[in-house]
Amino acid sequence: MVTKLKEVDAVIVGLGWTGGILGKELSEAGLKVVALERGDLRVPAKDFAVPIVRDELRFVVRHELMQNTARDTLTIRNNPSQEALPMRRLGSFLPGDGVGGSAVHWSGHTWRWTDMEFRVRSMYEERYGKNFIPADMTIQDWGITYAELEPYYDRFEYTAAVSGKAGNIKGQIQAGGNPFEAPRAREYALPPLTPIQASVMFTEAAKNNGYHPFPRPSANASQAYTNPDGAQYGACQYCGYCQRFGCEANAKGSPLTSVIPIALRNPNFELRTNSWATKVLKDSDGKRVTGVAYTNLLSGEEFEQPAGMVLLCAYAINNVHLMLLSGIGEPYDPVAQKGVIGKNYCYQTGTGATLFFEGRYFNPFMSAGGSNATIDDFNINWDFDRGPHGFVGGYSVAGGFNSALPIGYRPVPRGTPQWGKAWKAATAKWYQTAMNIGASGSVMANRYNYYDLDPTYRNAFGLPLMRMTFDYKANEHKMGEHAARTVNAIARSMNPTHLNEAVARTLPWTVVPYQSTHNTGGTPMGTNPKDSALNKYLQSWDCHNLFVVGANVFPHNASYNPTGPVGALAYWTADAIKNRYVKNPGPLVPA
Amino acid sequence: MSEQDSSRDFGRRDFLKGAVVGGAAAATVSLPQSAPAQQPAAAAAATTPASEGYSFLNLEEAAFVEALVDHMVPADNLTPKGTDMGLNIFIDRALSSGWGKGERLYMQGPWKLGVPSQGYQLPLTPAQLYRAGIEATNAHCVKTYGKPFDRLDEKQREEVLVGLSTAKITFDNGPPVRVFWTTLYQTVMEGMFADPIYGGNRNKAGWKMIGFPGVIAVHRENVAKYRDRPYPADPISIADMS
Repeated sequence: MVTKLKEVDAVIVGLGWTGGILGKELSEAGLKVVALERGDLRVPAKDFAVPIVRDELRFVVRHELMQNTARDTLTIRNNPSQEALPMRRLGSFLPGDGVGGSAVHWSGHTWRWTDMEFRVRSMYEERYGKNFIPADMTIQDWGITYAELEPYYDRFEYTAAVSGKAGNIKGQIQAGGNPFEAPRAREYALPPLTPIQASVMFTEAAKNNGYHPFPRPSANASQAYTNPDGAQYGACQYCGYCQRFGCEANAKGSPLTSVIPIALRNPNFELRTNSWATKVLKDSDGKRVTGVAYTNLLSGEEFEQPAGMVLLCAYAINNVHLMLLSGIGEPYDPVAQKGVIGKNYCYQTGTGATLFFEGRYFNPFMSAGGSNATIDDFNINWDFDRGPHGFVGGYSVAGGFNSALPIGYRPVPRGTPQWGKAWKAATAKWYQTAMNIGASGSVMANRYNYYDLDPTYRNAFGLPLMRMTFDYKANEHKMGEHAARTVNAIARSMNPTHLNEAVARTLPWTVVPYQSTHNTGGTPMGTNPKDSALNKYLQSWDCHNLFVVGANVFPHNASYNPTGPVGALAYWTADAIKNRYVKNPGPLVPA
Repeated sequence: MSEQDSSRDFGRRDFLKGAVVGGAAAATVSLPQSAPAQQPAAAAAATTPASEGYSFLNLEEAAFVEALVDHMVPADNLTPKGTDMGLNIFIDRALSSGWGKGERLYMQGPWKLGVPSQGYQLPLTPAQLYRAGIEATNAHCVKTYGKPFDRLDEKQREEVLVGLSTAKITFDNGPPVRVFWTTLYQTVMEGMFADPIYGGNRNKAGWKMIGFPGVIAVHRENVAKYRDRPYPADPISIADMS
């Protein structure tokens, strides 16, 4: 028995950054909005209070704020010839659960992706020729430009209390910032975070090697801050419990601190927690969506929420899953190379070195989420010639710490025994006297990296699990070797007592250990319905009253963390809906 | 040969096996005796023995875990030994908690081993894995040395742990060695460095060993003040603040 509810103007599935931004903006524009969130509402003042929030076992190891894989997970394989098996517990990536989503437990790294991503195929073909891009590398232009997105990046950065140093204001290079960044209209919302010893030493070494270090821009408020909507942030306390934790100081840029409470005060906006969307409903001719079917997890009751438009704002993986479960758009087929839903799943790659310095003190427990110094000389620097190295994409390199808590972070030189007195002595000696240099690399789309529905395994609702087929390809391995050489050269120039060198990844992607919650693609945006699921406004080519928002729209993955463009695109889509779509519903781009 | 060794080494295991006592009483017997009030402060290890006892581990498993944590974390000038840090208690509590019972674990079949990149694929909760792994390890020890792990000498224990950690040991009948070892090792580390509220890291000895300050972490001023200088950490736990 399904209860059909009264129609509203818009229903939002998933209330994190994107759902929060769209919920606030559309309800302020006068639309009646209902947000369905599968998890609970957590209130920072009680749920993230000291001391209960400072619990590494509960929040990091046992995944308190994360998706419960007993209820819904994915199946995993490296290539289509393997049999996919369930990811029985979380590991490599950690989708959040509850109001605020993954933006509760993120670290805050906020980047502006540039035309080097948005025009990736065009730029590489223009410079290196069509043959430089391997035949199975399915990268494509995104259909949007940096210039179009710049005001929305600005808006998101000021909403989320991003602290940093501009490197390029209106074309003028700024000392101390990232000289490779695309021009921005103004400075960051807040000055950069106080550097920690590891970032001080990395900065000096990077300079000595001829690179261009800068403080990582991060949504950790370096000072108390009131954002343009009136939301108040406290100052970051460098507590060392950032990644995987809610913020006790309200200093982390989060929709829980900003857009969501503002939306909740608006009578046009209604939040329903513990509401699990199972399907987006379509009308009989499949040209429009009509609402969302969901289950109330507290009662088991099933509901249908009719709506004039549907906005999928869940975690990137879950948005794609809902599209496949709902039969919207043509599922991607890697053999025939037809269809778009599930296409271009991408991830990230990386490598890192640990440097041990007798007599230095890094105090790894004192850090913000973004206490890193970074170089982009091999990332968004188009002057870096990829030609001789034969790879597309890039990597950033950083030195610093983020949530270096002792169950997970206990650096010792390679070859140290794993237990006993020698292990104890090494662990005691090096915990405070080691630092890391890490590289984070892009992953280009590949024909054989994709999602579809699993033929065997099902979730708690009896629905097929999503199946993820993914591995790193030769392009990523070549880049990884280059990145490891760069990291090791910088590290050796610092003359550490011991060095655990960075090693380029050669093995297949594995579902353990943790690597990165930067899963992208599956419903790529683009210039035409043949190779994309969504137009540049994240509007479905198939159903014009369906918008799908999140990193699932990225046609490939960059070295950078994804939240900058995720937030900017949410504001961009909100403006397109408010200013154009509601006045004249229909495709915003002709197919 | 193993019969002889066993009879000569009539230890706690045999006493407990033969004793006609209830489980709770037996478990109490198996605990290390401690008198915290009489211990010097620096050596104070067990502070709450009255509330201890095992909620999951049976006698053989408890003996295994106690031997394991005391071998992996021996007493020295850095910390007391594993059982005096409560690592056995941490492990017992973890195994009887939601985590041990498979909370958040996708437990639907079909079950296949798959390839290593696909991660954990056993039809076992962590508690069941632990139980099966201890039994298989003890079976290996009896076969190889004529006695279970907890009655091996230091050198033999070391051989077994090296064998487990490098998967040189294979179980005739048991879970994959690598999967068991990974879980075993991870729980020892968790017991060493998790907040003491979970039963391990007693007296914050694990945190003191490395200079980790615990839950109080207002470092806004310290981040510059202690840059490249040791921070005088006197760690604070959740219980200290509650």
